Amino acid sequence: MAAEPWQRYEIPGPIKAAVIKNPEMVSILLKKAKKPVFIVGHEAAEIDLGGKKPIDHIIRIARATNIPVVTTAHTMAEFLKSGFKPAASMTSMDIGNRLTDPEWSVSGEDDPHDLALILGMTYYVGFVIEAGLKSFAFNHLKTVSLDRYYQPHCNWSFPNLSIEEWDRHLTIIAQEIEKK
Amino acid sequence: MKKARFKVDELESDIFKITGLEATVGNFYEEWEETPGPTPMPDISTFRDWDRILLNKYKPFYLPLCDLCCLCTMGKCDLSKGKKGACGLDMAAQQSRIVLLSCAIGAATHAGHGRHMVEELISKFGSDYPLDVGGLSVLVEAPHTRLVTGIKPRTLGDLEDVLDYVEKEITHLLSCCHTGQEGDNLDFESKAFHAGMIDHVGMEVCDLAQISAFDFPKADPEASLVDIGIGSIDTSKPVILVIGHNVPPAAAIFDYMEDSGLEDSIELTGICCTALDLTRYTNKAKIAGPLSHQLRFIRSGIADVIVVDEQCIRADILDEAKKVNAPLISTNYKNFQGLPNRTNDPIDEIVSDLVEGRSPGVVILDSDKAGEAAVRIAMGVFPKRKKLGIIPEEGEIIEYAMKCTKCLSCQRVCPNYLPLPEAMEAAANGNLQPLSDLYESCIGCVRCEGEGVCPNNLKLHSMIIGASRSKIKDEKFKVRVGRGAISDTEIRRVGGPIVMGEIPGVIGIVGCSNYPGSWKDNAIMIEEFLKRRFIVTTTGCAAMNIGMYKNEDGLSLYEAYSGAFDAGGLVNCGSCVSNPHISGAAIKIASIFAKRKLNSNYEEIADYIHNRVGAVGISWGAMSQKASSIASGFWRLGIPIIVGPHGSKYRRALLGRKDKDEDWYTIDARTGKRVYTGPAPEHLFISVETKEEAMTLIPKLCIRPNDTTKGRSIKLNHYIDLHKRFYGAMPDDIQLFVRTMADIPITMKDEILEILKEKDWKESEVPAPDPTLLPRLVRKRGG
Ligand code: SF4
Ligand code: SF4
Ligand code: SF4
Repeated sequence: MAAEPWQRYEIPGPIKAAVIKNPEMVSILLKKAKKPVFIVGHEAAEIDLGGKKPIDHIIRIARATNIPVVTTAHTMAEFLKSGFKPAASMTSMDIGNRLTDPEWSVSGEDDPHDLALILGMTYYVGFVIEAGLKSFAFNHLKTVSLDRYYQPHCNWSFPNLSIEEWDRHLTIIAQEIEKK
Repeated sequence: MKKARFKVDELESDIFKITGLEATVGNFYEEWEETPGPTPMPDISTFRDWDRILLNKYKPFYLPLCDLCCLCTMGKCDLSKGKKGACGLDMAAQQSRIVLLSCAIGAATHAGHGRHMVEELISKFGSDYPLDVGGLSVLVEAPHTRLVTGIKPRTLGDLEDVLDYVEKEITHLLSCCHTGQEGDNLDFESKAFHAGMIDHVGMEVCDLAQISAFDFPKADPEASLVDIGIGSIDTSKPVILVIGHNVPPAAAIFDYMEDSGLEDSIELTGICCTALDLTRYTNKAKIAGPLSHQLRFIRSGIADVIVVDEQCIRADILDEAKKVNAPLISTNYKNFQGLPNRTNDPIDEIVSDLVEGRSPGVVILDSDKAGEAAVRIAMGVFPKRKKLGIIPEEGEIIEYAMKCTKCLSCQRVCPNYLPLPEAMEAAANGNLQPLSDLYESCIGCVRCEGEGVCPNNLKLHSMIIGASRSKIKDEKFKVRVGRGAISDTEIRRVGGPIVMGEIPGVIGIVGCSNYPGSWKDNAIMIEEFLKRRFIVTTTGCAAMNIGMYKNEDGLSLYEAYSGAFDAGGLVNCGSCVSNPHISGAAIKIASIFAKRKLNSNYEEIADYIHNRVGAVGISWGAMSQKASSIASGFWRLGIPIIVGPHGSKYRRALLGRKDKDEDWYTIDARTGKRVYTGPAPEHLFISVETKEEAMTLIPKLCIRPNDTTKGRSIKLNHYIDLHKRFYGAMPDDIQLFVRTMADIPITMKDEILEILKEKDWKESEVPAPDPTLLPRLVRKRGG
């Protein structure tokens, strides 16, 4: 499908996310980033990818890279059930707000985050939070949507994908990262 | 009268002291002898400093719904990534301007409604008609009006003075949205707060007037239970449907029914707040449902005549009414619908034209005439219409569903992206259950039926309704009639336990029906807190949806819980304009229980509420501009508000940063020393995504610096318990809320101590300050 917002009327403005044509690119972005963070919303624990869920891919990626995972909503419970402890849990508004602060990082000790991977917020909530990041964090932060649907306010986003394509893309990212 | 009360020399010289209050109570209420506080009739600049104190703690996080501004002809302008518009405005200012615009529209809408109401009631009852919202049990009858304006209104005529002030402020606020006015986002935010404060005055005026003149229930915890739900309506009778918010025309319909001996021959039902207020007028009326029920009800063909007044009415209501041959009567100049104004025509001609179908609808701006017309038209069209509806039957649904090509277009325009294509596939195979499963989550917006959306022109909303026939038949519940004010006696009884924290919180669940999922989630959330002995107050569509749910015992929550403003009580205050009874209860705790000066003393009362009254508002389906101004009136009082995910489209949140210790100092009024009191409450306005998240946040946002150790441990107990249930672990911020060992919930002691040790927690040196954010309230300067 073409790169247009999944929810038809969520029209952003002139600047729109570049489409991630091949998922390998995400692993390159991740490797280049000095201080990435992975924001994971509740849909990551709800969507069925045929016997697995998006959080299974996220855990693989996180384990391979040590990228801190910040869960939003009550998603943390699902990670804990899978034996993975997220770095932090907060509302999606809170993590969005904090990422606009160039002095903030999850650990509170290191440099600020320069790359945020985002997956699993409610589509229209992700849309406005990413719009907030686009306008208020653009000096220090790049954003990558790994949602199934095109999120135009990020710097990069998948296009609208079928479940199978999405699963394949997330699998490739995890494999690429595990290769390093 | 107004001039005599507000001479400037009186304001400046006369400082009231609350000592000896007991001796003056009688006069204080009867004569409003409390001298004016520092801020009668505040203007936009008056509380700018107070607003900045709050906005410094709760900084805006902007959520641009669109990168562009298109407000003037120099635009469109792209404001993203640090760009400015042609007028110099930046993104933060633009988003806050939209917040102000929304709040000003909301305030204007309630004030306009109030003006309409007061004028009509004065024309009927006279300007000297006395106000009475609860007799001797509600002596503080108008907490907002008194607090903000300094007026103690006694008659309907006094309310006009209050409205003069309200309208002046709204005009100034709206003017600030013009190109080339304000440029600073925090000043826009402060103005939005002003709009919210003004809105609560305007709403209060409106409800005072209607409670008094229509003799609505007056602070009655045992107000009657009435029917709600489409299934409760007797379709064998002519049905009149009223929609909107302004009750006088609906009341006139009932009066005419009664005068004509037809009250048992016609079903009078309503949607939205007119329905709620109508049941305050007569418990023979029934509520069809909230805003989201408009189309499902009209299309079902049950209504024989539709009467609309103002606000939240579908803009295409005439088209929809025509489809089912139901005549439409517009009773309000805010909503003409393109219909001819026949207010001055002979009523027999109007009735005849509508009954015979010569005209699809009319405007009648006289409530009594509209009331008579509605009844006579309903009787006249009932035998002709034969309840013509356009909801498809099962066989038709299956046939239509077979045409679906699964293009996904409907799902992609649905605000809740409901899985319509999957439901179509099932329906095509004869299984209507998945379509019916969407019934409670469908907000009835019909975007899925929009021109060009479905290549096969399928009427998806009607198909959902058609698949839900048996559900609709069983849609019969009970809701408690709006009781209006919280009585002074109730405030005296619970003021202490609330301020000490021993009643863990007061929840106001209010607002529209733009839910992200099933409307039942509202009730599920609230049931949890009723069981936990919070006080739950409600108004508007939320109050209806709470009723449209049955608990394990088959009871609606209004049947299962008391209507008293007390621990474990479920208090339906009424319609949208009844919201000031909720915020007013907080004000009354400060003035009646704590004896803080009420007259024109906004900052001090807000400071009291913010630091002491563990109240939180939740609007899970907030949709309108009115919802934003209602929320804003709570913000300025320092009361946090949670909205559902669609509330993120209000374009900004007001968020605390609990990781920044320096943001959470208050002043101890006893010593003047700054004291760390923790992120209590953590946020002022936040949108959350799931009900589990909201339920965990509610008790946390009830935490206040003033909690006693017992109160704090009760609140922490609820917060931690829900966090463990939904998040599967202890929260990571307990150390910020435990001030001394005595704050720790006894049953969780070991777990918490371990965390405190890990976090290097230290006991607070001043665990029980007299908290304030206003330096002028310090009684003795400290080091
Ligand atoms: S108001 Fe300002 S930002 Fe908006 S369109 Fe006009 S010039 Fe552009
Ligand atoms: S009417 Fe219901 S199904 Fe259709 S777009 Fe609106 S919410 Fe979605
Ligand atoms: S828009 Fe029409 S054809 Fe397309 S999926 Fe929806 S119902 Fe089917």
